[in-house]
Amino acid sequence: MNYQELIRQTALNDERIIVMTAENRAVLRELPPVLGDRFIDVGIAEQTMIGAAAGLALRGRIPICHALAPFLIYRAYEFVRTDVGIAHLPVKLSSWIAGFLSEANGPTHQAIEDVALMRAIPGMTVFCPADEADMLTMLPAIWASPAPAYVRLIVRKTDYTHAPFEIGKAEVIQQGADITLLVYGLLFEEARQAVRLLEQDNLSVGLINMRSLKPVDEQAIVRAAQTSKRLITIEDHLLTGGLYSIVAEVLLKHRISADVQPLALEERWFHPALLPDVLAHEGFTAEHIARRITLPAWV
Amino acid sequence: MTASNTSPATTHTHAELAQLALRVREHILRLSTDGGCFTGASLSCADLFVFLYTRFLRVGPERLNDPERDYLLLSKGHDVPALYATLAELGWIPIERLQNHLKTNDFIYWHPNRHIPGVEFHSGSLGHLPAVGLGIALDIKLRGGQNRVVVVTGDGELDEGSVWEALLVAAAYRLDNLVIVVDRNHFQANVRTEELIPLEPLAPKFEAFGCAVERIDGHDFAQMEAAFSRLPFAAGKPSVIIADTVRGKGVPSIEARADRWFCNFTHDEVEALLRELHGEAQAHLTSETLTVR
Repeated sequence: MNYQELIRQTALNDERIIVMTAENRAVLRELPPVLGDRFIDVGIAEQTMIGAAAGLALRGRIPICHALAPFLIYRAYEFVRTDVGIAHLPVKLSSWIAGFLSEANGPTHQAIEDVALMRAIPGMTVFCPADEADMLTMLPAIWASPAPAYVRLIVRKTDYTHAPFEIGKAEVIQQGADITLLVYGLLFEEARQAVRLLEQDNLSVGLINMRSLKPVDEQAIVRAAQTSKRLITIEDHLLTGGLYSIVAEVLLKHRISADVQPLALEERWFHPALLPDVLAHEGFTAEHIARRITLPAWV
Repeated sequence: MTASNTSPATTHTHAELAQLALRVREHILRLSTDGGCFTGASLSCADLFVFLYTRFLRVGPERLNDPERDYLLLSKGHDVPALYATLAELGWIPIERLQNHLKTNDFIYWHPNRHIPGVEFHSGSLGHLPAVGLGIALDIKLRGGQNRVVVVTGDGELDEGSVWEALLVAAAYRLDNLVIVVDRNHFQANVRTEELIPLEPLAPKFEAFGCAVERIDGHDFAQMEAAFSRLPFAAGKPSVIIADTVRGKGVPSIEARADRWFCNFTHDEVEALLRELHGEAQAHLTSETLTVR
């Protein structure tokens, strides 16, 4: 099973599904002959794709809009907000190469404020699966929901076997008394390896896959804050508006003080390169993550 | 095709349409106070709405969710008083409901809201509904439906690139069930279009984008009848009707004036403008012009 196959099976079983793209059909290349007129490529015209998706949704369809993350949401942001958001239509945004996954494309292609922008839209849901298996676990529920949705796609494989998915629930991998790493997307695997390194220093380390960022699992955050001495948020996203902000909002809402250290991009784009080099340069390999975590004095 | 789908609901004569449009304009003027509205742009398309809802669109308050109904999408948005007044006169909503204009007990404000029966989609941000209409037209084609999608745009709205982007795609997908009606009142918000971002020659622009185009007098019901009855103008092509209109049409003291876009008249001025609408002397207007909204 992969992303394309999941779309194919879902669409063949559900006439409501329309697959749309703004000429980003590389990973969908086998769908046009299978889906026929239910595969709609509008060309390089993201705002038109989103507006048309709203029109299709008004007629009872569930459009899956697949495009490169920055153009899907930045070029078309006002259409997402105004046509999909205000009308609360079940348009599913499939966001390709968000975050570090844009690798060497450069800042034009870096969707590192996507979570901030998408979660700001009333009623929009936001999901960031950890790896391909996690994504395939999550997508059926996301597409079945009546809500508009934004999904950071990921087709990288890991050897982790994920728990079943429920919208609004995080996946608590393990709990830790000293620190808990909260992570989403491709950095899940780096964080998982970082946990091993930290455990070698006899630390009790928790790890949470924050796969559903909106709605977010407030209880998972609150519980981690109450059982760990420090929380670490890890994300290939700007510091503003992403997971660090979400955690801060949740802790404030629940009137909980906690020690939170963010690992994020602060007020800048990342240096374009191939992914392993991006991770190393920006300090997001497992080793870098383990090293960058500062420990409270009481540990 | 069902019987109700073969023809519009009414058999109004053009004289009756003129009377209906006069009442619609009265409502628009009455909405132009106590906060006001976009009077000029509403008056320019009043005749178009009256025509569309009585003579063209296969729609009705009894078939709001009928998948075989026609669609009217108001892309220019701020002319919504003309739409609400038309819907009220035709019995879609009670006429008294217009008194809820700008009140928090209803959803009748300066741009369309889907809570009002007959409003297919909200608007206000220009250049959106050609794309939304494209999606609706695509779905109708997918299902083999016969219904038409009419998108009413302003002319200033044509500055938005998204209009042309949607037309490119509509032409590529051969959507001859899509009709763009341009309320060509020759004004953007505060200036004449030709003095700011010239649109002419306009018809060739649409033709170059793969559309079939007709240009008519948007206040002449006979011309509307002739043009709309021939849709689609060409098989496999989206149709465009450029309707030349006059901003503020029907009320000479505010007709074709750059400074009468959003109007918030005093009650006395509204009464004077209503008399003017019925052929009496021009109103003496002292209220603020060039209101910014």
